[in-house]
Amino acid sequence: MMKPYISVFKLRISNGLQYRAAALAGIGTQFFFGFMFIMIFEAFYAHTSGTPPMTLAEVITYTWLKQAFLAFIVLWFRDDELFQLITSGNIAYELCRPSGIYGLWYVKLLAQRLASAMLRCFPILILVIFLPEPYGLQLPTDFTSFLLFLATLFVGLLMIVSLSMLIYISVFITMSPAGSLLLFSVFGDFFAGLVIPVPLMPNWMQQIVYVLPFHWTADFPFRVFTGNLSKTEALTGLCIQSIWLVGLIAVGKFAMDRALRRIVVQGG
Amino acid sequence: MTLYFKYMMLLFKSQMQYRASFLLLTLGQCLTPFTVFAGLYFMFDRFGQLQGWDFYEVALCFAVTQMAFSITECFARGFDTFSSLIVSGNFDRLLVRPRSTVVQVFGSRFEFTRIGRLFLSAVVLIWAVTNINVDWTFLKIVALFFMVASGIVIFTSIFILTASISFWTVQGLEIANIFTDGGREMTQYPLNIYQKWVRRFFTFVIPFGCVNYVPLLFILNRDGYQHPVYALTPLAGVLFLIPCLIVWRIGVRHYRSTGS
Amino acid sequence: MIRVQGISKSFLVAKRPSGIRHAVKSLFHREYTTVEALQDISFSIAPGEIVGYIGPNGAGKSTTIKVMSGILVPDRGTCSIMGYTPWLDRVPYVQNIGVVFGQRSQLWWDVPVMDSFELLRDIYKIPPAAYRDTLTLLIDTLDLKDIIHTPVRQLSLGQRMRCEIAASLLHSPSILFLDEPTIGLDAVSKIAVRHFIKTINKEKGVTVILTTHDMNDIEALADRILLIGKGSLLYDGSVQGLRSQFGTRRTITAEYRENAHPLQIPGATLLSWTPDRAILSVDTEQIMMSEAITQLSSQVELLDVTIDTQPIEDIIVQMYKEYQL
Repeated sequence: MMKPYISVFKLRISNGLQYRAAALAGIGTQFFFGFMFIMIFEAFYAHTSGTPPMTLAEVITYTWLKQAFLAFIVLWFRDDELFQLITSGNIAYELCRPSGIYGLWYVKLLAQRLASAMLRCFPILILVIFLPEPYGLQLPTDFTSFLLFLATLFVGLLMIVSLSMLIYISVFITMSPAGSLLLFSVFGDFFAGLVIPVPLMPNWMQQIVYVLPFHWTADFPFRVFTGNLSKTEALTGLCIQSIWLVGLIAVGKFAMDRALRRIVVQGG
Repeated sequence: MTLYFKYMMLLFKSQMQYRASFLLLTLGQCLTPFTVFAGLYFMFDRFGQLQGWDFYEVALCFAVTQMAFSITECFARGFDTFSSLIVSGNFDRLLVRPRSTVVQVFGSRFEFTRIGRLFLSAVVLIWAVTNINVDWTFLKIVALFFMVASGIVIFTSIFILTASISFWTVQGLEIANIFTDGGREMTQYPLNIYQKWVRRFFTFVIPFGCVNYVPLLFILNRDGYQHPVYALTPLAGVLFLIPCLIVWRIGVRHYRSTGS
Repeated sequence: MIRVQGISKSFLVAKRPSGIRHAVKSLFHREYTTVEALQDISFSIAPGEIVGYIGPNGAGKSTTIKVMSGILVPDRGTCSIMGYTPWLDRVPYVQNIGVVFGQRSQLWWDVPVMDSFELLRDIYKIPPAAYRDTLTLLIDTLDLKDIIHTPVRQLSLGQRMRCEIAASLLHSPSILFLDEPTIGLDAVSKIAVRHFIKTINKEKGVTVILTTHDMNDIEALADRILLIGKGSLLYDGSVQGLRSQFGTRRTITAEYRENAHPLQIPGATLLSWTPDRAILSVDTEQIMMSEAITQLSSQVELLDVTIDTQPIEDIIVQMYKEYQL
């Protein structure tokens, strides 16, 4: 039952491992960008008069987590193979396979993110733990919050994959991989707190952000890690995350079935 | 030069074949820097100032960089996506034509959708220029113009430089983003907010400093930067093109001896 | 016109075994092997010749074409084409050649063919009058009239190949390199392309060098073939010469009045036999054809005899086997 999913997963991982230079380059790039963001935040914090809702140390840790887990949290993680499959009409092959197409693609996208993160996030995390003050990553105060972080990050990852599944499904309908998807991901990333952390946004903006699902994928787990959110908040959040996840998958499956039926009817 | 425009017309025609997708992409390109700018605005909203720079000063910096970058991406996209030309083997095609490879690569791609980005940066620029606390003189306008022009030359040089890497390897090109996207993100803010080593690197190795920072100080009439000669510093940035073209030539020679 | 002397070229190729274990291993260490793509290749070609360049995949055909078109610089050896060394005088040299890579396109995908042609006119700085003349000639001989205003992506492969060839001839080159020009084409298009190549060779005196896997191309076009294998030149000569040197076998099909005894002719092997019909394979190096016929007629009462030469395709396969390519 699970076997086709596992083989897709394995193939993806070993495929990702092929590109060592790409991984090294990725690490270097993320490292550089991390430093740059931190320097900008540092400059903002240098002469501040009031007390910002996040300490500089928290923002720095937040930034490093963002850089390390980029593959887990950006909405736009392009899989050209899937796009070509859809737009070229080769989708017919996929329809011949005995496994459910939603599940298969879900695993494919998940594996791609995991492979990419495996090669990138561990080296970055190890390096940044040993960076001198104030640039280093500050570990959570106790083990429970670390576990909570892992749990929320993982559910967040599942959420982001179901969100990006919606992107691929929309390609089914529009047949154009560009445009609308770009808009979706640009705003999604902003609402997830990837441009600036959500607590630093003005209050009216925060209210919008908290209604949307995006911040659960990045901003929320990271703030659990830094201790910006308490353990009770983390636990409640975890429940809300799960509800979102179930909802997103349900919507995705429904939309996929509809889209597939349309394709079959059109004979394309 | 006429050849270059011919290339441009042809590619414009090609892109217009997919009008809906083109328009959406243009809009998307407009919104990408928009969220970054929104972030910048929110940060100022929260913190009030940035090491003595106010919002409009930084916005001017942001607009100049975005403008230079979007124009460069529009015209020098061929270098940005050069590795695909190598991988597909289509670079061979350029070599059997009696024109310089640089011109042909320039002509191989134009990304007209970047006009969206250009539009946004123009709006921010106008907003910043009208609100900033500056007495605009002719020389200051010239300095502003040079800032954009020289920014284009430097970004183009970086694109050529990073494209040259593909002659040796097409793997790990992501690292080049440090100089292209990284350079863009970095110079959106005045350089003096960064650590010294970063500032040095982006002044003496890649001369963003003389494009973005020094003339900005001149425009703002800061102490020690009032001499008119500072208005012309962007011209120094143009020199950066020379070593990049040399590396390109070495790359082409390498390609022709290994064929890979 | 073309003189190639002692060209050699080798490449370093990274080994890439499959599997996760090897993938991890190759993160840290990678092995390289040297591949001798060309070893000491020499030949010369006179103006107006059509030369077929054949060999199995990976034999070095493309490498040679790349060296001759100035894309690649060889490790050793000299090459003089119309007085130029291709890789040194690239820009003035390529003005004189046309190159068609059968598997890649030089036409802009989304715009009408004509637009691509006009851009090429500007790239090659072709004078307007000359351009007009050449274009008219090409449109007529290649029958492009109806397709020239169609976007390339809507053309069939055969139509596209005709346009590709026209595109490489716009600047009236003296030499035309064709890298697998008939690949993937249907029978009608193949014949059209061959016919056209023959025409421009005859009428404009263009020297043509073509690589192909289709031996019918060779038989229809080439006066001369160069056979390359594992980087070395194995044969240089006419198609006829190839036949007499390697294709020494003939097939005799004989029909005769009923005869109960199988035929026995020294130097010939019996491929099939029935009481009234036999097929023999004769090695003309061991027995003369006339001798074989004489023997045959002495053993049976012949009614009809047909003699077939070996198809060139088989000769090539036999040669590949002989050289263990």
